[in-house]
Parts: sequence; structure tokens; C-alpha cells
Amino acid sequence: MTLNEIIKTFGLTVYAPPADGRVKVEHGYASDLLSDVIANAGRDDIWVTMQMHVNIIAVAALKDIAAVVIVSSHSPADETIGIAKQKGVCVLGTGMTTFETCGRLYAAGIRERGKGTI
Amino acid sequence: MNEANGSKMHLEFPVQGGNFSGAGGASSSIKNVLKQLGIAYDTIKRVAIASYESEINIVAYATRGELLVDIEPGEIAITAVDIGPGIPDIEKALQEGYSTATPLIREMGFGAGLGLSNMQKAADDMVIESVVGEGTTVKMKFRLS
Ligand SMILES: Nc1ncnc2c1ncn2[C@@H]1O[C@H](COP(=O)(O)OP(=O)(O)OP(=O)(O)O)[C@@H](O)[C@H]1O
Ligand SMILES: [Mg+2]
Repeated sequence: MTLNEIIKTFGLTVYAPPADGRVKVEHGYASDLLSDVIANAGRDDIWVTMQMHVNIIAVAALKDIAAVVIVSSHSPADETIGIAKQKGVCVLGTGMTTFETCGRLYAAGIRERGKGTI
Repeated sequence: MNEANGSKMHLEFPVQGGNFSGAGGASSSIKNVLKQLGIAYDTIKRVAIASYESEINIVAYATRGELLVDIEPGEIAITAVDIGPGIPDIEKALQEGYSTATPLIREMGFGAGLGLSNMQKAADDMVIESVVGEGTTVKMKFRLS
């Protein structure tokens, strides 16, 4: 699925748009712990989290993640959105919980890599 | 103090303890320098991950510190030096899941106890030296493919 298709299909809020919404997303990871994401998420992955501290942008940029999905209607601060736009990091939002979001992404064919990415 | 002579380059980035909003600045600058030098993507990734985790540990645990970058033909060295509490048991600190992160640090998404292990995986070689009550030095080397 492309990132644009994911946004449309699941009705995700776009806080910061993708640099290229046509990127194909095949893998995903869910975690609220940044070093865990650094260890396990990879390039063009979708990252599901309820963490919304500004540090998520640095981690998403570091790992070239396709999009961060902030769950449970937690909305990021304007400063965080500003930095995401500046760095070209896509930030999305949903009212769904982590469980529900991951379940739907899995049903749509997105899988975990199942091995570390460092 | 950035001096490029021929193929050698030495860079220094100060890191302030407790400054979480500026965290990631040094590693992002290092990443940009390596990109400009045309270093391979995989190497840049590894150096960036190790620099970021080092920077966060200085911000989270130390008073202040620096990331020193030495770029030489065939090798990049990153040295994270700090003045801080030091690490009493380095072996324990290296264990995945071991963390002394405060609730405040955890709220920001840190404290998985994986930072040092990520640095070790990213680097080809890593040595930690620490004196309790004085500070910590982590030396990492990355071979250029
Ligand atoms: N520069 C440092 N000065 C003092 N103690 C440190 C330093 N770096 C690491 N430590 C100690 O080692 C522990 C493990 O560090 P590590 O980076 O692996 O995990 P963490 O920082 O606790 O969590 P994470 O990095 O996953 O967010 C820390 O909790 C801390 O007690
Ligand atoms: Mg750490």
C-alpha cells in the first residue's frame, strides 16, 4: 500500500504531509520507546505510537521512517508539527488505539520486519 | 574548531545536560557533514544512530559533554565525552533493558535500556571508560566500506 492509500483508507489526520505520498509501505512497528524504534524500525516503515514528545521527529528522521501515526487522539504540539514539516517527516493522527491501528494495518498487509535494523 | 586538512577532519559538538528540546542537533549535524563528504548510506546510518544515542545519554545523565568526530581515510571515530556521574557497573549498563532513567526521561520516550546496545550494534568497535563522580567516555569506530 502507498502512504497516500493508507491515509485515505484509515481516514488519518495529516499533521505534517509526506515528502512523497507514493512511497510503498510494507513494514510497520509499534512502540512508545524511542531506542526500541531505533533498533527495530526501518526505512519507509510506518511507526505507530502514542508518544508525542518532539523527540519522535528526530527518531523518525534518523531511521527514514515513512510516517509516524500518533494514536488515541493525542495531538502533537505546534512546535513538534513545525519541526516535522521543516525536516520533511510525515506525522499522522488517529482516534484509534495502538491495538486497533496495528490490527487494521496488519489486515491491509503491512507486516513487522521481525529482525533488528541496525 | 573544524579543520579539514586533506582527507582528515576533526569536528567537535558540545552537548548540554538536561537540554532535551535541543537533543539530536549534534547527531543531525554529523549526518549532514557525512552526506556532504559522500560517505555510504549504510555507514551514515550507523554513525547517526550511535551519535544520537550518545547525545541522548549525555543529555539524560551528564552535566555536559561533547561529541568528537574524527574522519580519516577508511575510518570514522565518534567519541562521546562527558562530565557527569559516571557509570558504576558498565557491564550492567550494557545489558538490554537495564535503565536508571527517571520518570521525566521516560515520559519523553527514553529509558528502554537499549541505547548503549544500539551503539554497540552500530559501531564496529566500542570501548567505554567511566569514573564514578567524574564522567564517561565512549569511543566508537566505524570502518568505511
Ligand atoms: N553518559 C552516561 N553517564 C552516566 N550514566 C550513563 C551514561 N550513559 C548511560 N548511562 C547509564 O547506563 C544505563 C543504560 O544506558 P542505555 O543508553 O543503554 O539505556 P537508557 O538510556 O536507560 O534507555 P534508552 O537509551 O533505551 O532510552 C542508563 O540508564 C544509565 O544508568
Ligand atoms: Mg540511552
